[in-house]
Amino acid sequence: MTDKNKDLIDQNLQDLNNDGIDRRGFLKCMAWAGTGLVWTMSGGIPSSWAFAKTAHRSGGNGADFTFVQISDSHIGFNKPANPDVTATLQAAINKINAMSRKPDFIIHTGDLSQLSKPSEFDTLDQVLKGASAKQVYFVPGEHDMLSDNGEQYIQRYGKGTKGSGWYSFDQKGVHFVGLVNVANLKAGGMGSLGHEQLEWLEDDLKGRSASTPIVLFAHIPLWTIYPDWGWGTDDSEQALSYVKRFGSVTVLNGHIHQIMQKVEGKVSFHTAMSTAFPQPAPGTAPSAGPMKVPADQLQRVLGITDVNYLVSGRSLAIVDSPLDSGSLPSGNGGGSGGR
Amino acid sequence: MTRKTLWMASLPAPVLIAMLLLFPGSRKLAANDQPSGATAAVNIDNFVFGPQTITVPVGATVTWTNKDDIPHTSVSTEGVFKSKVLDTDEKFSYTFTKPGTYPYYCTIHPKMTGKVVVQ
Repeated sequence: MTDKNKDLIDQNLQDLNNDGIDRRGFLKCMAWAGTGLVWTMSGGIPSSWAFAKTAHRSGGNGADFTFVQISDSHIGFNKPANPDVTATLQAAINKINAMSRKPDFIIHTGDLSQLSKPSEFDTLDQVLKGASAKQVYFVPGEHDMLSDNGEQYIQRYGKGTKGSGWYSFDQKGVHFVGLVNVANLKAGGMGSLGHEQLEWLEDDLKGRSASTPIVLFAHIPLWTIYPDWGWGTDDSEQALSYVKRFGSVTVLNGHIHQIMQKVEGKVSFHTAMSTAFPQPAPGTAPSAGPMKVPADQLQRVLGITDVNYLVSGRSLAIVDSPLDSGSLPSGNGGGSGGR
Repeated sequence: MTRKTLWMASLPAPVLIAMLLLFPGSRKLAANDQPSGATAAVNIDNFVFGPQTITVPVGATVTWTNKDDIPHTSVSTEGVFKSKVLDTDEKFSYTFTKPGTYPYYCTIHPKMTGKVVVQ
């Protein structure tokens, strides 16, 4: 069992500099649902180890904090890939509520709704009301911009934000920046931040000490994963140039409905699973659309991301865990996972 | 006297013809009119407009149907036409009354592009 884990860790480490995990690697990851993979950035050097359920987390002295990233809830989607996205979102919230340590806040990296309908946003709010963490930070996805260029989204979730909904805040010395790369998209292009937002970002970061840990979060990945499917942001290079001088930068994205990671210097990129439906690995299907999996496997390919920030060591630990973290399936085709 | 009668008899016809000529002109002002009767279909599926380039005669109506399980839009890059958000099975039609080339794209997934050529 230990060797198997080591195998998979090595495989994931090798994938660090590739464009992403391939379909086989993705399915292998799903095979060991029940553990999580911990990524830690410490002084710009990534390290990883398998996270067993009994892993000890340092802390409790109040100086560190945790938050959870959820993404792509797509409330309103009701096709075969997942006929009940509200139920799986609820399962994600239940998972958060079951954590031994309540997260300080939740970050939702966009595609809250499927069609930007008021009823969809209402349902989302209703489910989030039951979360142990009451503070939720949002950035919109392209599905949240469908009514009057995002008017609904701004009214509900964009108070105090600028432009199409960008903003920043600080938590225990860590500087968080919510960016919007789903507005005013140009024909043939990918995600886009736009000139006004880039100017604001440069100004927002100016004067901050290089030892300030930075977390950028936006819906579409801020690095180019697969241009054919629009998985990237046309002008992210400029944004990333503004954070180059900082000692620890973490970029959290959604949109692609699967986990992908990359480390470049002191910048660590991470995309989260969706709570609604999975999407295929790049180039493995005719399009990026919802991927159907057998019903009993659905909750293994949906999940949340737990981020642990250790102020003392200035390191950020990122743990992805699927909604169904039941027992490992046997060679005979899996017993029922724990629920 | 007979000529005058003949003149009066022949008056209604040119008037009628003139009126017939006038009517189509005023009908052209209405949106979604189909004076030529030609129709063409573009299917949206798997994040693709199919066919990506479609050629139609002047006055033709193009209908986009979303067969994907994800919503899409069909929006002209020059501001000529703009669909609402189309969920699965929803349609959008536009009648092209002037010749030209009309590039368009999906505003939700901008990598999806297409072109209507009207000639």
